[in-house]
Amino acid sequence: MIMVDVPDMLKAIYHYRGFIISSIKRDFQSRYQTSMLGALWLVLQPLAMILVYTLVFSQVMKARMPDNTGSFAYSIYLCSGVLTWGLFTEILDKSQGVFINNANLIKKINFPKICLPIIVIASAVLNFLIIFSLFIIFLIFTGNFPGWLILSMIPVVFIQIAFAAGLGMIFGVMNVFFRDVGQFVGVLLQFWFWFTPIVYVLNSLPQWAHKILMYNPLARIMQAYQGIFAYHKMPDWISLMPVVGLAIVFCIYGFVLFRRHAAEMVDEL
Amino acid sequence: MTHIYVTDVSKAYKIYQKKTDRLIEWLVPMIKRRHKQKWILKNINFKINEGEAVGIIGVNGAGKSTLLKLITGTARATTGTIDISGRVAAMLELGMGFHSDFTGRQNVYMSGQLLGYTIEQLNVLMPEIESFAEIGDYIDQPVRVYSSGMQVRLAFSVATAIRPDILIIDEALSVGDAYFQHKSFERIREFRRKGTTLLLVSHDKQAIQSICDRAILLSKGEVAMEGEPELVMDYYNALLADKEKKSIKINNADGKKATLSGTGEARISRLGLYNVESVSIENVQVGQVITLKVAIEIEQPIEELVVGYAIKDRLGQPVFGTNTHHLKRVLNNLPAGKILEYNFEFPANLGVGSYSIAVALHSSDTHVARNYEWRDLALVFTVINPSKQPFIGVSWMPPTLEIKE
Repeated sequence: MIMVDVPDMLKAIYHYRGFIISSIKRDFQSRYQTSMLGALWLVLQPLAMILVYTLVFSQVMKARMPDNTGSFAYSIYLCSGVLTWGLFTEILDKSQGVFINNANLIKKINFPKICLPIIVIASAVLNFLIIFSLFIIFLIFTGNFPGWLILSMIPVVFIQIAFAAGLGMIFGVMNVFFRDVGQFVGVLLQFWFWFTPIVYVLNSLPQWAHKILMYNPLARIMQAYQGIFAYHKMPDWISLMPVVGLAIVFCIYGFVLFRRHAAEMVDEL
Repeated sequence: MTHIYVTDVSKAYKIYQKKTDRLIEWLVPMIKRRHKQKWILKNINFKINEGEAVGIIGVNGAGKSTLLKLITGTARATTGTIDISGRVAAMLELGMGFHSDFTGRQNVYMSGQLLGYTIEQLNVLMPEIESFAEIGDYIDQPVRVYSSGMQVRLAFSVATAIRPDILIIDEALSVGDAYFQHKSFERIREFRRKGTTLLLVSHDKQAIQSICDRAILLSKGEVAMEGEPELVMDYYNALLADKEKKSIKINNADGKKATLSGTGEARISRLGLYNVESVSIENVQVGQVITLKVAIEIEQPIEELVVGYAIKDRLGQPVFGTNTHHLKRVLNNLPAGKILEYNFEFPANLGVGSYSIAVALHSSDTHVARNYEWRDLALVFTVINPSKQPFIGVSWMPPTLEIKE
């Protein structure tokens, strides 16, 4: 069941689609059903974050978008970064613990373990879609909707998901054997957030810092999103190519790592 | 064709001296192994064919649970092959990997889907699962508020909602109360009648003997014995009783195999069943007064001697047993060479059938403490009913009848 080839694995995933779909539903329910405000929390959390950053940066610290002067310009810039960053962290953070947190299940029932990361990714995407559609409604109402240009965000989202999923799989498998990885991911994400132009604007940095930050794959992805929503311009596809390459490498390596160690995992959990 | 074939299966866990050793193994290609292997199972071989019921017994740590994990496929064997065909339902340890934050109902759907049922099937099965588990309103409470017994009830109900080709159960059932145990064994028996192959891990002698056709004894990761449940259970008890494993032999007495074990400090020299005229007998009438004579030789000085016996029915279930500790006739400080004769006289208030007597010489009140000699199937006798009213069962308890109108 474990060292199967890719087509067999896809078959197994298809066979367990019922389990995957219900798990996503349950994941969604359990997150919001038990709390009184329910799905409202899905919105309140990033809203609070955006509010804080908007207040602190655009009002208190008098940061202005150097090249866009619309009244909601900074908020839109911030949202396009914060919300997509949220998708990235959710996939990464849940993937690193996906096997450990499901130890109970893995030890007792024989099923294709590849279902677990799929559930994680799918439910993260679902959450993202909900909150992002709210953002789009906001854009339409404030007259900032980028029009057809919005379709160009689809490939960018795919690149981002692939990048996060590959990296998450690597961390997830490693975490079973080296529990330090889980802690490390938390620290890594903290630094990564501030080394990515989400809250601040890349162009406001000195040239040398600008250059360094472009080595950060997430900076390139964020730039694409911010371009679409804050400046209404097409992403620079060429600059995204190295990210695509990296995402493919991570996905392949994550998959190889998973196949090599899936059987051994049960012994360690 | 349903079957489980286990061929040359061994399982080792990797033991790393330091955590960094594993990291080095991962990062440096072609490096030599930096871990030791701890073998949990060694060269296990057995075949289970369609419709068979096999019990696996062994002390804690003998590798029973690991073996079941390999068979169900949750863990993978280091070497050897496991060939299994048929739809498997397994209950390993407690629960079914239930998620504690979800309700019982949600967990039923989740586990059910993992067992291969569809949502539609589960919708149909749900009322039956609920009523079999008998946990009432708890079905809609999160599993974290369940008692372990309730979890087992629910898990068993899900696992057996549809009759599987192969049912694998790991001790779990012993957690349930007597009522549920009866209920679940009834279901297992029903499945057996319909052709389900059963693999059961249990410490419960009665469960193994009454359900299984065959038992496998695991000891230190190896198959120590395989055969008739009663025989294997006796051997297992002897193994428990005699931790030093000084002398466990299997003797042939009356065409049946028997187990003999013990340290030999005291020895049974003669053993017999007699009627009131002191004539040795093999057939006993219902209600007849008989005497069990046990002649003992003390080989080495011992501080304490307790003599016990147990009468067992054809299935090996104890019907009656006692010893001189309970009879308050313990003998102390016996010198070597002393010869003793114990006469236990009792009325054979037994039902018609074949019975065996096991005799044990030991110190203190159980044979596990210090076991001088322990004989299973030491004597076999048959109870016949030439004079009393016909009745059924293993014991004779004649009633006085009064009918009021």
